[in-house]
Amino acid sequence: MAVDAQTVEKLAELARIAISEETIDEVSRSLGDVLQLVDQLQAVNTEGVEPMAHPLDEVQVLRKDEVTEPNQREAFLALAPQSEAGLYLVPKVID
Amino acid sequence: MHQLTIAEIIRGLRDRQFSSVEITSHLLERIQQLDSHYNSFITVTGEQALQQAAAADARLAQGDAPALCGVPIAHKDIFCTTGVRTSCGSKMLDNFVPPYDATVVDNFLHAGAVSLGKTNMDEFAMGSSNESSFYGAVKNPWDPERIPGGSSGGSAAAVAAQLVPGTTASDTGGSIRQPAAMTGTTGLKPTYGRVSRWGMIAFASSLDQGGPIARSAEDAALMLSVMAGPDKKDSTCLDRPTQDYSAHLNDSIAGLKIGVPAEYFGKGLDPEVGARVQEALKAYQKLGAELVEISLPHSKLAVPAYYVIAPAEASANLSRFDGVRYGYRCENPADLRDLYMRSRGEGFGEEVKRRILVGSYALSAGYYDAYYNKAQQVRRLIKQDFVDAFQKVDVIMGPTAPNPAFKLGEKNADPVAMYLEDIYTIATNLAGLPGMSLPCGFAHGLPVGLQIIGNYLDEARMLNVAHQYQLATDWHQQTAPVTTPAAQ
Repeated sequence: MAVDAQTVEKLAELARIAISEETIDEVSRSLGDVLQLVDQLQAVNTEGVEPMAHPLDEVQVLRKDEVTEPNQREAFLALAPQSEAGLYLVPKVID
Repeated sequence: MHQLTIAEIIRGLRDRQFSSVEITSHLLERIQQLDSHYNSFITVTGEQALQQAAAADARLAQGDAPALCGVPIAHKDIFCTTGVRTSCGSKMLDNFVPPYDATVVDNFLHAGAVSLGKTNMDEFAMGSSNESSFYGAVKNPWDPERIPGGSSGGSAAAVAAQLVPGTTASDTGGSIRQPAAMTGTTGLKPTYGRVSRWGMIAFASSLDQGGPIARSAEDAALMLSVMAGPDKKDSTCLDRPTQDYSAHLNDSIAGLKIGVPAEYFGKGLDPEVGARVQEALKAYQKLGAELVEISLPHSKLAVPAYYVIAPAEASANLSRFDGVRYGYRCENPADLRDLYMRSRGEGFGEEVKRRILVGSYALSAGYYDAYYNKAQQVRRLIKQDFVDAFQKVDVIMGPTAPNPAFKLGEKNADPVAMYLEDIYTIATNLAGLPGMSLPCGFAHGLPVGLQIIGNYLDEARMLNVAHQYQLATDWHQQTAPVTTPAAQ
């Protein structure tokens, strides 16, 4: 299955990953190879088969709505590329 | 001392034959001498290890020693460690120093283990050869021109090179078992949910599972006893009691029914690998087990289903790496979109980007039903094959990988060829079953792995079955040649 350059550009935009012009052909080719592999699934009759979300069909365990984690705001902010006054900084988004 | 197993180290420490500081110092020195040759560690935490070892010696002297007190181990760099870089093999997290420990790391700390550092891995655990790490490829100690398997290649190589007796690892499609097979070590992927994933950096959440790599089933049992158990921090972790995984190692396996799937011995399997696995099956017959031919008819669909589900989950999980709160940020972003696009474009390697794009495709409008939903339906068919098989047999056996370790760079240009390396391991991840690999001989001078697949939560029986084979054979005791002049 071929994947054209336009599709790669659309996927790159959806995934927010910059793909350079020079590598688009190579990315198209390898994506096509992978999608050709997974297209084998289309030949399988799965009518009436329930999609499987958990192998043991477990359900989410609920707990009391209580705070269990300590507040580590300073420790987490210290990991940020840029922060100021307790906030994460990004380039200006509002004029 | 580097030849000792975990069980032997525990005995040696308690009998005062050596101290934890002595064995820790010895292994740190060996890592310093040899690891430039194998590249199996990303970070070595020598000072911290010696502090932990001294504390362990004090506890041993007081007679207050938990299970693995003073035993050196290392963690795959996918497990978060307080104050120690946790890179997940990626440039994206090259500067990430977590302020918390993964539950698995915490469990080992409570058990008194000493961590020597963090082992190399394929970037975000995506790979079957350990060549996609930002920190360079890991070399197989049996032949440094060959791959050690992936993604836990650093963990497996470190054990095979006798730099550390046991390591933590993770397995999303075979990443514990395949490198264990290629390095002649013993690796165990537990039942999905048996070991907490909290603090283990997520690749594909419904498939990822932590487990041990060691030199023997006996050591893997000791490590699993520490790793396994419910965790309130991980709601997907099973709330079921664990077993003492060392308690049943010596049970008789007479009458054990071993399922041998026809599909695991067909086209694509190296004949030498097939021959070694058949010899292992015969050894089990001599131990009193019965071989039963079984069929797993949907197993050929495991790789295609995996390469929809895993990338789909990866595309969601890796969306958190956006250059805002932690990790890599590009230089001088023009605006927020540019910050996202370039941080992710520059921070991720080629394989990670490929899988995120495949995942974005499978989940995008118009393709969700045809790809993601279809793959989840096929997943249930694959699981049902195993459920049917376990009505007739106690365990299933076959090869772990279709061939021994291949040359570095040999499959880099062909991702699909690389994906087929996990053809015998992926189905158990999709079904959530436990599996393990143990050495069963050599093909073309390289180690071959025998895979044992168990029923849900049947890790104790798998370890018993593996241990009985290791009592009868010595493949797990074969050691890789040390090829660095400094060590000779």
